[in-house]
Amino acid sequence: MENLFELLVAAFLVIAGIFGIVGSFGLIKLNDPMSRLHAPTKATTLGVGGVLLASMLHAAAFEEHFSYHELMITLFLFLTAPITANFIAKVHIHRQETRETMPEAGGDDHWATHDTPEDEERRHAAHNPPAEE
Amino acid sequence: MKLIWRLFPHPFLTLLLTLTWLLMVNRWSLNSLVFGFMLGVIIPFVTQPYWPNRPNLRRPLKIAEYILVVLMDIIQANIIVARIVLFKPNADRRPNWITIPLELKTPEAITALAGTITMTPGTLSADVSDEGHALLVHCLDAPNPDAVRDEIKQRYERRLMEIFE
Repeated sequence: MENLFELLVAAFLVIAGIFGIVGSFGLIKLNDPMSRLHAPTKATTLGVGGVLLASMLHAAAFEEHFSYHELMITLFLFLTAPITANFIAKVHIHRQETRETMPEAGGDDHWATHDTPEDEERRHAAHNPPAEE
Repeated sequence: MKLIWRLFPHPFLTLLLTLTWLLMVNRWSLNSLVFGFMLGVIIPFVTQPYWPNRPNLRRPLKIAEYILVVLMDIIQANIIVARIVLFKPNADRRPNWITIPLELKTPEAITALAGTITMTPGTLSADVSDEGHALLVHCLDAPNPDAVRDEIKQRYERRLMEIFE
């Protein structure tokens, strides 16, 4: 039984390591900035997830108590990782793209990153029409 | 009744904070439950000027189903993306922007959708349109952008609609 758990812990660690290295390799291999951003989000999901699973299993099998910190780490990671990625994407949109190079913003005029104070005023005026109606 | 709403402006937040505290302490005891509950009462009470609206969870139990679906997708998509990174030459890859028209209205729901899109590898939410009616998503490899858009709408947005609206 002990052996089985050791095997499982080791397997999770190896899987985590493989995904971590694939994520880092992706950073070098992918050739445009937005695609590169995909690589680190990968390392955080399965890579870190594998380590955390191994850690929880280790605590439960060998230290005779359950450990919940790993769940917290997962939670905080899932809260922060998308925000970091979003900010990097926004920097890219600011510096490398213009309104013309971006795809259509659905039914709206443009994307929020390209919004200017004048746009905001215009929108405000449109949503609060003068009293004549 | 009104007094109870005044004291617990965000009941779900109270529950979540208590649970978070218990998990942080990592050992079950009545002491930490009471202290966690105290934090869960005080923090929402003190911070309530910053979120005047209570997010409306219509079917909280659906959240569990949603989390399971997302976890399965994360594992599956990780493998797909690892294959793209390792074996697909850059010239064959079709990175693409896609626009997802949003039916969700509440900011909390849109945030949850954007976070989910980023966490499922292969797609990355980059921006929202100026009036909040569309989401800009970048795909690592999408030969068929419409299919990706429909899948996101079907799998995630529909479920979030059920939970939030």
